[in-house]
Parts: sequence; C-alpha cells; structure tokens
Amino acid sequence: MIIQALAFYLFSAVAIAAGVMVISARNPVHSVLFLILAFFNSAALFVLMGAEFLAMILVVVYVGAVAVLFLFVVMMLDINFVELRQGFLQYLPVGTLIGIILLLELVLIFGGWVAAPEAAANVAIEIPPPAELHNSAALGRVLYTKYIYLFQAAGMILLIAMIGAIVLTLRARPDVRRQRIASQVARRPEDVLEIKKVPSGGAG
Amino acid sequence: MPAEIGFLSMAAPEIFMACAAMLLLMGGVFLGERSARLITWLSVATLLMAALLVLSVAPGESRLVLLSDLFVTDSFGVFMKVLVLAASAVTLIMSLGFNEREQIARFEYPILVVLATLGMMMMISANDLIALYMGLELQSLALYVVAAFHRDSLRSTEAGLKYFVLGALSSGMLLYGCSLIYGFLGTTNFSDIAAVFAGEADVTPSVGLVVGLVFLMVGLAFKVSAFPFHMWTPDVYEGAPTPVTAFFAAAPKLAAVALLLRVLIGPFQGLAGEWQQVVVALSIGSMLLAAFAAINQTNIKRLMAYSGIGHIGYALVGLAAANEAGVRAVLIYMAIYLVMVIGTFCCILCMRNGGRMVEGIDDLKGLAKTSPGMALVLAIFMFSMAGIPPLAGFFGKLYVFLAALNAGLYALAIIGVLASVVAAFYYVRIVKVMYFDEPVGSFDRPVGREMVAVQTVTGLMILLFFLWPGPLLAAAEAAVRALFAA
Repeated sequence: MIIQALAFYLFSAVAIAAGVMVISARNPVHSVLFLILAFFNSAALFVLMGAEFLAMILVVVYVGAVAVLFLFVVMMLDINFVELRQGFLQYLPVGTLIGIILLLELVLIFGGWVAAPEAAANVAIEIPPPAELHNSAALGRVLYTKYIYLFQAAGMILLIAMIGAIVLTLRARPDVRRQRIASQVARRPEDVLEIKKVPSGGAG
Repeated sequence: MPAEIGFLSMAAPEIFMACAAMLLLMGGVFLGERSARLITWLSVATLLMAALLVLSVAPGESRLVLLSDLFVTDSFGVFMKVLVLAASAVTLIMSLGFNEREQIARFEYPILVVLATLGMMMMISANDLIALYMGLELQSLALYVVAAFHRDSLRSTEAGLKYFVLGALSSGMLLYGCSLIYGFLGTTNFSDIAAVFAGEADVTPSVGLVVGLVFLMVGLAFKVSAFPFHMWTPDVYEGAPTPVTAFFAAAPKLAAVALLLRVLIGPFQGLAGEWQQVVVALSIGSMLLAAFAAINQTNIKRLMAYSGIGHIGYALVGLAAANEAGVRAVLIYMAIYLVMVIGTFCCILCMRNGGRMVEGIDDLKGLAKTSPGMALVLAIFMFSMAGIPPLAGFFGKLYVFLAALNAGLYALAIIGVLASVVAAFYYVRIVKVMYFDEPVGSFDRPVGREMVAVQTVTGLMILLFFLWPGPLLAAAEAAVRALFAA
C-alpha cells in the first residue's frame, strides 16, 4: 500500500513539475519534450488506478501522435516564440486570477459530487470488477460485438477523412519537372546528339 | 444466429451503400480522373438502388430495433430515407454539367455524396445517442470536404473552412449535451430513455438533464440552420460550388430535421413541456430573421440560404405543436420544401452568361423574354415558396399553421403568417424582375437535357400537387404513427 502511495506522489509530482516546465521552458522544443514527460506520468497514474487501457491510449495517441505533431509544428514553422512570450509578466496577474478561479470551481464541483440516483439503475453494460477482467479485455468484449455498428461507422468516418485529405491537397502540377526514368533510359544518342564537323585550319 | 442475420437484412440499404461507396472508390482510383462521369452515374444508380432496398425491407406497421438496440427501422425512417436518397440522386445528376464545365469533375465528389447520404440514413435510423453522433459526423465530415471541393476558388475554400469550424463547434455542443444526458440518466439508448419517462405521468426532470437536452437541440439547430445558429448558412451557400449548395439545401437539412423529430418525439416526448419553448423560440427567430434579412440580398444563393432558414422556421412551427398532426405537417412541409428547393437550384444552375456562372438577382432581368420556360418554372417555385394557393407550398404552410392553431399556439401561428407575408415580398420581387424588367442579356443554351427534365418534373409536382395529394399525406400519416408508437 505504502509503495502505491509513494508511486502516486512521485508520478503526480513529476507530472505537475513537467506541466510547469511546459509553460516556462525557454526553448519550445524543450516544452514539447516536457509535455511528453507529463503525458507519461499521467499514464502511470492511470495504471495505478487500474485503468491500463486508458494509460496505453494516452501513450499511443498523445505521445505517439499529438506530441510528435506538436514537435513537427514547432520545428517546421517559423514562429518567433520570443515575441509570443513578450507579454508574459504583463498578463501574469490576470492569468493567475483565472487559474485560481478555475481551481476553486473544480474544488467546489468535486466537493459537491453526487451520482444521479436514478442513473445507476439504467447503466447499459455492467462494468466488470477490475480484479476479474482487465479493462482492455472488457472493452474488447463489447467493442466488436455489442458496438460493432459504431465501430464500423467510425471506420467509415476515418475513410472519409482520408478521402477528404487527399481530395483537398493532392493536385497534378504541370509546372513541376518530374523524373521519367523510362524516357531517360529510352534516349538514344542519335535523337539528342548532333555531331558537327568543325572545319580545321581556318580559311578565314 | 439465423434470426440475427435475418435482422441484419433490415439494415441492408446502409450496408449496401457502404460497400458500394468503397467499390466505387476503388473503381475511381483505378480508372483515374476521366472516370468522373461514369462514377457519378454509378453513384446515382447506387442511391436509387438503396431507395429500392429501403422500400423492399420496409417493416410496415411494426418497428424493429436491431444491432444491439442501436439502429431502428420503421415507417418514419422509410419515409425520410426515400426522400433523402431521392434528393441526393437528383442533386448529383444536376452537378454533372456544372462540374465538367468548371473543371472540377473528379470521381471523389459523387463518392463523398454517397457517403454523406449514408451518414444521413444512419442519423435517421439512430436509436442511441452514440449512433446519432456517429451518423452526424459521417455526414458532416463529407459535407465539409464537398463544400471546399472547388479548391482553386478562394470562396469555396473559405466556405469549407467556415463550415468546418462552426460544425466542429456544434458537434462539441451536441456531445456536451449527450454527456450530460448520459450522466443524469445513465443510458444513451433512446428506448431506455423513453422508458425512464414512461413510468411516471408527471415527471419533474433534473436541471442537468434539461440543460443536456437544450445543448443537444442547439447542436441540431446548427445542422438545420435555425436562428440563432444560422450564421454559417449564407456564407457557406454563397461560397460553395452551386451543385454543392443545392445538395446542402436539400438532403442534409431533411436528415437533420428527421433527427430532431426522432430525438424529441422518441425518447424525450415526456419532456415536451421543456423542449416546446426552445422550439418556439427557434421557430419565431428563424421566421422573422429570414423574412427581414433576405430583403436586401442581391445574390440569389444567399437569398436561398435565408429562404431555407425561414422554411426551417415554418417547419418548426409544426414541431412546436408536439402532437401527431404537427409532426405530420412537418413531414409534408419538408417533402414539399425539398422539391421546391431542388427545382429552384436547378434553375440557378442554368444561369450562365457567356460561359460564366452568374448569381445576381439582377441577372434574371427579362428572363421571361429570353427563356420563357425557365422563367415560368422559377415563377412557380417562387410563388409556391411564398405560399400562394393552389401551389404545393401553400398546403405545406396551411398544415403547419393549422396544427399550431389546434395546439393553442395562436401567437406562433400569427407571427408565422405575418412573417410569410413579409417573405412573399422578396419571392415576388424575383418574379417581377423576370417578367417586368428589360432583358440585360440571355443565358447560355442549351442547358442540358437532365436540367430540363428536373425543372419540368419538379415544376409539375409543385403545380399539380393539389390534384393528387393523397400518396404524400398517406405516407406522412404512416410515418408519424410509427414515430409516436415508439
């Protein structure tokens, strides 16, 4: 038990510290790397709660895709981050105030948390206790059986996203010189070479 | 297991559409860019085939829930699906000539339309909040892409982006509403939600549930472009290529109205007292805004956008009555609206001057002298939209206002009639421009056989509806009975 508690405090402390570093690091690439650290620690917190599927999704989706996308954006786009940061101290008081209000609201919400009494009676699928069944297995049991319709619909949506991305970006550009290997190989000397006899001696 | 497969055949139209769209995509990729015409006609055939399948698996009086209670088929679904499929097919046919002339004829366009239509059918058949959202996103994502389909045109790209951003916002609101409903009821299934309210005669719902329902309605109001969630409509209608606008004004609007009816009459009928006020507010706002904002428009596509907002307002009058007569009036109104809007856009697609599309109302000057046939058809649609008897549009309005009066919503009906009087001004102005102004130039001819056919058929349907209204009324009646039996 004590190891679990220690692990919880370790992971949450690192996650919060990484979160602070994300907004305070000077180099934007470092910010993104700290963001990835924060994601990993949050994933570890999910594992501690027994939600290993969410933990894996967080790593796969956020670290694997979103954070890498951020890195690309930060490194490829020419954004002047020094200029973006200029008003930091100026906006600090207002920002802190909003942060405190948000924190208070969250405390109030979680303090007054009650589950709707009638909601429990209607749950679509009983959640199996984690000790009996891993939650990825529990999700797998319903995803491909009960929710196969929605799963297939999600597949169609991704297909549309793919078609859309191609339709809106792929274009045949006539002004680009492409390498045509076949025509290069098929070139014959007599088509492209012209042998000129240069008169020697020079009469004139 | 055999019983399950037999059940699955009730979803045959959707399964067929999904498979056909993927096959057409493969065909298009293999045949290359020149296959646009072939793929378009095959897509039209797919849509018509799907409509036949919808009719052949129609469950009649009964109501079938399948695919783990996520999908429902009933007469209401059949009615709406047939209309949506027909609208998509006709707008695809209308797009052929335009896309080829503007050199944006690509095989992806008809495939995206088929996929969007598939999304609409899933919306119409949704029996669960998640299924609703999946259908809606399938439809919307395809629509964002086709709005920006003319990617070399700045306005088309802008329309696509604007539609995407506002559509994403509306999806967010809808999801927020769904999550609140799920949080307060513990279920996303429509049958289960309906069962929660069926037990008690006089339910006092929790505030969170009502907030969730309102957010859900806001998300759907975006999709039907009802006031005050209409602001994307004029810009998107103006910017998108005209056949795409015609498609937007017809099928997706009908599907979104169907979804609104499905949600409000199905699971949330017990909360009618709560959502009625929202519907009344949306309706009054849409009718008044459309009546006054359309007066100053000079672009006919923008005018049609405002006109569409107004028509949604009138349709919502019927929904506000929240009884069988009201919903039947909504169905009749939307069916007639569909025919009018397709016919009108068919005329707009024929507005070409010197090989270039023109969209100004002034370009219609003296149309009665230069092309009398088209002027006559357009005049029929304008009079019908204004609600002049004996054209079909009059009957649509008559039914919704009668339903509102019978339900005791006198103020709403009176505001509706007054708004339609104001709206009559800008419809009749187009007729005046066509018949009494001197011609400034004539439109290019010939316009194409398919355009003439669409204009003639839709024009005759509107003109002669009063002679033979029986089939539509009977179909709407059956659809409404199925919806209320749920």
